[in-house]
Amino acid sequence: MDQIGFLEPRPAVLSRRREIVADLLDLLPEGCLVHEPRELVPFETDAFVSYRRLPLAVALPETTAQVAAVLKYCHRYGVPVVPRGAGTSLSGGAIPQEDAVVVGLSKMARILEVDFANRTATVQAGVTNLAISDAVSADGYFYAPDPSSQLACTIGGNIGMNSGGAHCLKYGVTTNNLLGVKLVLIDGTIVELGGKALDAGGLDLLGVVCGGEGQLGIVTEATVRLIARPEGARPVLFGFDTSEAAGACVADVIGSGIIPVAIEFMDKPAIEICEAFAKAGYPMDVEALLIVEVEGSEAEMEAMLAGIIEIARRHGVKVVKESQSATEAALIWKGRKSAFGATGRIADYICMDGTVPLGQLPFVLRGTAEIVEKYGLRVANVFHAGDGNMHPLILFNANDPEDAARAEAAGNDILRLCVDAGGCLTGEHGVGIEKRDLMRHQYADVDLAQQMAVRAAFDPQWLLNPSKVFPLEGRPAA
Amino acid sequence: MQTNFTAEQLADPHVATSEKILRKCVHCGFCTATCPTYVTLGNELDSPRGRIYLIKDMLENGRPADAEVVTHIDRCLSCLSCTTTCPSGVDYMHLVDHARMHIEATYRRPFWNRLTRNILAAVLPYPGRFRLALKAAALGRPFAGVLKRFKPLEPFGAMLDLAPRSLPKASGDAGPGTHPAAGPRRGRVAILSGCAQPVLKPEINAATIRLLTRLGVEVVAPTGEVCCGSLVHHMGREEQALEAARRNVDVWLGEIEKGGLDAIIITASGCGTTIKDYGFMLRLDPAYADKAARVSALAKDITEYLTTLDLPQQEARGLTVAYHSACSMQHGQKITMAPKVLLKKAGFAVRDPAEGHLCCGSAGTYNILQPEISGKLKARKVRNIEATKPDIIATGNIGCITQIATGTAIPILHTVELIDWAYGGTKPAVLS
Repeated sequence: MDQIGFLEPRPAVLSRRREIVADLLDLLPEGCLVHEPRELVPFETDAFVSYRRLPLAVALPETTAQVAAVLKYCHRYGVPVVPRGAGTSLSGGAIPQEDAVVVGLSKMARILEVDFANRTATVQAGVTNLAISDAVSADGYFYAPDPSSQLACTIGGNIGMNSGGAHCLKYGVTTNNLLGVKLVLIDGTIVELGGKALDAGGLDLLGVVCGGEGQLGIVTEATVRLIARPEGARPVLFGFDTSEAAGACVADVIGSGIIPVAIEFMDKPAIEICEAFAKAGYPMDVEALLIVEVEGSEAEMEAMLAGIIEIARRHGVKVVKESQSATEAALIWKGRKSAFGATGRIADYICMDGTVPLGQLPFVLRGTAEIVEKYGLRVANVFHAGDGNMHPLILFNANDPEDAARAEAAGNDILRLCVDAGGCLTGEHGVGIEKRDLMRHQYADVDLAQQMAVRAAFDPQWLLNPSKVFPLEGRPAA
Repeated sequence: MQTNFTAEQLADPHVATSEKILRKCVHCGFCTATCPTYVTLGNELDSPRGRIYLIKDMLENGRPADAEVVTHIDRCLSCLSCTTTCPSGVDYMHLVDHARMHIEATYRRPFWNRLTRNILAAVLPYPGRFRLALKAAALGRPFAGVLKRFKPLEPFGAMLDLAPRSLPKASGDAGPGTHPAAGPRRGRVAILSGCAQPVLKPEINAATIRLLTRLGVEVVAPTGEVCCGSLVHHMGREEQALEAARRNVDVWLGEIEKGGLDAIIITASGCGTTIKDYGFMLRLDPAYADKAARVSALAKDITEYLTTLDLPQQEARGLTVAYHSACSMQHGQKITMAPKVLLKKAGFAVRDPAEGHLCCGSAGTYNILQPEISGKLKARKVRNIEATKPDIIATGNIGCITQIATGTAIPILHTVELIDWAYGGTKPAVLS
């Protein structure tokens, strides 16, 4: 795949490579700079593995002060910087470029404070999403946004992409659960935004930074909300004869005012893939499956479930299956959350991330199938239906360049379809490099210009993650 | 992931296998989170995904191994936690095995490293030499501190630290020969005698034989057996490993011809992982491929076999056991429930320490060759085990027993010693 361009590397940076490496070695402790050419190769991509660029060096700082020192240096010498968490981005948000220093937060992975009185946790940016919940689960709490990659992805990356997850239908995405950050600006200035309260005075810069895709600064610490675990939680499986029926059912459930914790959708190919991996007991004789999770007391769960079942019946639900044990519930979620990786067992894939108004789900599902068929490819759909956040996985053969090009073209058509249906390009994976050139399909020039002006206010030289998010043409002069 | 191999490269069956493995990886990064070295060092180069990428780059370019690649592959514990985590089914074990063979064939290690590895390969697999070496270590112990101050000699310091202060007498109960079933015979099995284990803890196989014969199973400890080969296999010395595998295959097939075997019982899960892989390791040897596959299918961890005997529930003993699942048990052989079910049935209260998926740092010869990372993992493991406040630690691998015992005062036993005790055997000496 090579349809998406990167910025031309700055010759002035490339020619100074040896000095830059030598200077960074001075700024960082031993073992915190990767610069041998062969050791740089594993950093050339993230989970959007179709695109690859070698970085100039990889800095792995251990403290905020070291992050600041590296940024200050890069700012002074005009060296681009690409932040990296766990490198699990599906939109290429952490893919470097030849003249960039990657700043990886993987060595900053400590939980700094858990404050149950205020229900907050303060953690370093390299802490994984799941590690926060693990650290507080014994006390009956959890951190709500749960991207499927939560085992590995970092809170820093979650903030960069404003990540979502299955349970965000009820609890909101990262921005709704983030209270404060420590942010290093490109000139090395360290600022604190927000705190432990739900709102802070002045401009909501925290809201700007969350979803900033590493272009506004590098978050090194975050304070997040902790949520008390409900009395009970139960995933229930609803099987349908058609994807459209399942999609329409979701729209009606939400339209009726019922907000379960999660409504996840899988079509037949996705069910087969996930069942083979997790053996979760998904029904195999249906064309589409909804995983609906309800929570609360037994009575609350029963009442909500009754309402949902009634609506599902109107849409001809074929199977309703409640999980009978905690183990079964865990397997249902394990299968769902491993869906992307498990797809790797049968084919290469690219994962789309369009979001559409719920009423448009049946239409967009049908349109997606038509687009993929037109390109002669296969698709598996597995996504956060309650949020209208679709994830068609387009299956292809990465060793066949023509097949790969078709997959990329089909993906672009699907995202345009989402936008045309009144939705948007991304629900939770971010724009990254993947959807950058489609931004003009979503936004008028005047809208994009305002976004770029805000971005440039933080980083006037466009050094931070510069090849991402905004189309390369029409950018303001640095 | 996309791969770039020429048809000529793919003609090499090892490359062809690795290519298939690499094609399954989607670079999702899940494996990084459960990798002990990534969690400890925070560098993707020391994670499965990083290593897979380094190996891919090396093999695609047909390059000899270099110091950088070797550093990161050497730091891999082969704990296989990544294979438990991987949703895509990437067979990391056989990929890293291939990489180690490639390193051994194409890279000349620095002198001290070479010497250390030669010594380990020449001593550990041979019980007689190992026993002698441990006696010598008792004399050398005062020098451990000095050795550890000089980086290339650190492994020798680590060896002295690990060597037990006194050696148990070789157990007559577990020697070669046939141990008949007490009462009517309900099965016949072979038991792997092993190499390091009978020197360090002969009571493990003695307890196994007592238990099995009491339960009506005839146990044969065949003569002619050698080390399973895993030690040299993990060093990339494949010819030596295959030689050991072939000898053992011959010995066990001989036993099958003599009287049939229901299982080949293994009491060290590290060996179990390798013997269960004989079929793969010898797949390119037409004379042995089928025979090895047959042996692999018969290989059973002792807890797997005991589960088939349907032991009765025993009265509660008022003892809490922290069960430490060896990596070769849970990740290598995917045996997770059987040992705990057996311990509960035997009347013990069983605790699962936190971060159970993380390696204790033993990993064959890893605690000797990588003492620093190994020490950090040991401290983390002991902290998690001690947090469960157990009376006893149980595990199924001699390496873990030796490693964890040097970090805690809580007695650590092989699971089978506790099962033997609970079903009429003698109380393990360390508990008296």
